[in-house]
Amino acid sequence: MIEYWNPQIERMPVEELKEIQGEKLCNLVKYVYEHSPFYRKRFDAAGIRPEDIKSLDDVTKLPFTYKKDLRDTYPTGMFCVPNNKLVRFHVSSGTTGKPTVVGYTDNDIKAWTTSLARAMTSIGVGRDDVMQIGYGYGLFTGGLGMHYGAEETGCTVLPASSGNTDRQIELMQDLGTTVIGCTPSYFLFMIEAAKSAGVSFQEDTDLRVGVFGAEPWSEEMRKRIEESAGIKAYDIFGTSELSGPLFTECREQDGIHIWADQFLVEVIDPDTGEPVPNGERGELVITTLVKEALPLIRYRIGDITVLNWDECECGRTHPRIMRVLGRADDMLIVRGINVFPGQVESVLMKIPEVGEHFMIIVDRINELDIMKVQIEMTDVAFSDKVNDIINLEKKVASALKGVLNIAVKVELVEHGSLPRSMGKAKKVIDNRKL
Amino acid sequence: MIKQISLFAENKPGRLASVSDKFKGAGINIRAFTIAEAGDFGIIRMVVDDPDLAHKVLHDSGFTVSETNVLGVEMEDVPGQLGMIAEVLGERDINIDYAYAFVTRTEKAFLIVRVNDIRGAVKVLGDAKIKLLDMSDVQNI
Repeated sequence: MIEYWNPQIERMPVEELKEIQGEKLCNLVKYVYEHSPFYRKRFDAAGIRPEDIKSLDDVTKLPFTYKKDLRDTYPTGMFCVPNNKLVRFHVSSGTTGKPTVVGYTDNDIKAWTTSLARAMTSIGVGRDDVMQIGYGYGLFTGGLGMHYGAEETGCTVLPASSGNTDRQIELMQDLGTTVIGCTPSYFLFMIEAAKSAGVSFQEDTDLRVGVFGAEPWSEEMRKRIEESAGIKAYDIFGTSELSGPLFTECREQDGIHIWADQFLVEVIDPDTGEPVPNGERGELVITTLVKEALPLIRYRIGDITVLNWDECECGRTHPRIMRVLGRADDMLIVRGINVFPGQVESVLMKIPEVGEHFMIIVDRINELDIMKVQIEMTDVAFSDKVNDIINLEKKVASALKGVLNIAVKVELVEHGSLPRSMGKAKKVIDNRKL
Repeated sequence: MIKQISLFAENKPGRLASVSDKFKGAGINIRAFTIAEAGDFGIIRMVVDDPDLAHKVLHDSGFTVSETNVLGVEMEDVPGQLGMIAEVLGERDINIDYAYAFVTRTEKAFLIVRVNDIRGAVKVLGDAKIKLLDMSDVQNI
């Protein structure tokens, strides 16, 4: 097993990395100004000329790009290359609005693949592994992205896509799957399905690693998944606008490495747009340094995170973003207080009586926001005495209130009654007409 | 002592029908039955002729279910009997968590009681010459 995919780049001194970033940034600004009428207009409006960007520090002079820009220029208005240079399209699901289209040149696919090959190597996945990919294949970037990355490392890929769960569990045993990649929600679903089929991941499979992402999940959920399936679970991060899934944690499980030679990361104060100091929480902003078809300049992804440039125990010098609390898009404002579904998950998973599934329901009754959290009854929590159950509801409500600072009504529902997901799980129902 | 089946159910239409349907399929007979209701949910408590099978059938159908030891107390079906039993337990400081009763085709009535001290309760009721049911009695009702 190899330690690094590209040791020279992955362990490059930070100063050299930043020098490369500076050079690539200057070239990128010239490139987009020349090739994209969208960026040219945006820079002109901001009074920025490409020659104003002379070093990495000048990045803060550049205007931000938003998801809205991609929607407003649907389908390909922000692209920098003509169609004959494109080798692929992916299209986002458009669950939160109009879909966005991402195009890739041959080099874009290669860079994406390299990014994932480095990431997979950093969690010890490679030639000796069989990786079952349970992310959806198709317009969604999850399946094909992981597929290319895993193949690049020499891994044997089982392109299972999502769904057909009983078959997946059968193949996992028959073909000796050692690594699974899917959404954490889908893996929870697999755990349940395996249990009811009488299959134990520990005893009946060779599964040792899970690569989970495409939706936020908490540290507490990681512990539960690792314990119940007997695997190491790693977080994977990316969005379709940046190409797809791109980065993972390394074996230290202490933040996600962002390859600085490919991407420039900033963390800013979302209100002022100013950078926050290293180690402080803010909104993630990413500039793609090597993308050709759809480069993004200071793209406001919206994830709330912490940037960490300290050298990692694994020896990689590239910065890490610490486990994200959630995407700004997922944030709820309840009675004026910001609530991330991830916070709710993290509180719930600390309480042993509470199962893995939950649903947040927000209503507005008589001008007042009412937040309800449904959790499922479990065998451990069940008692034949009504008071015991009411006390559990109270215990959970008080733990939630302690973290969220708002009153939450907790409702126990029957086991199996909350929706299971084979892709990204819906964890919030907001009935308010805002 | 007898085994009671307790089951968690959301308070919504069709839940009871679903339980009863599972029992029908497995040939399980309900002897006594009560629902404790608490807003959004309820706990269905039942004494059945084959509690282990009932537990398995419900659990396999995805219900959250448990078996609890409770007391089945035989009473004459005449006024004053319930008070007498409650008094015997109360004198020894044994608390009744919950109770429900049913009458049979004979002259007898049965009280199902969940107490905080089941051994103590068995002893004091025995001392007072009150007959307790076991599972074979339940099957013969």
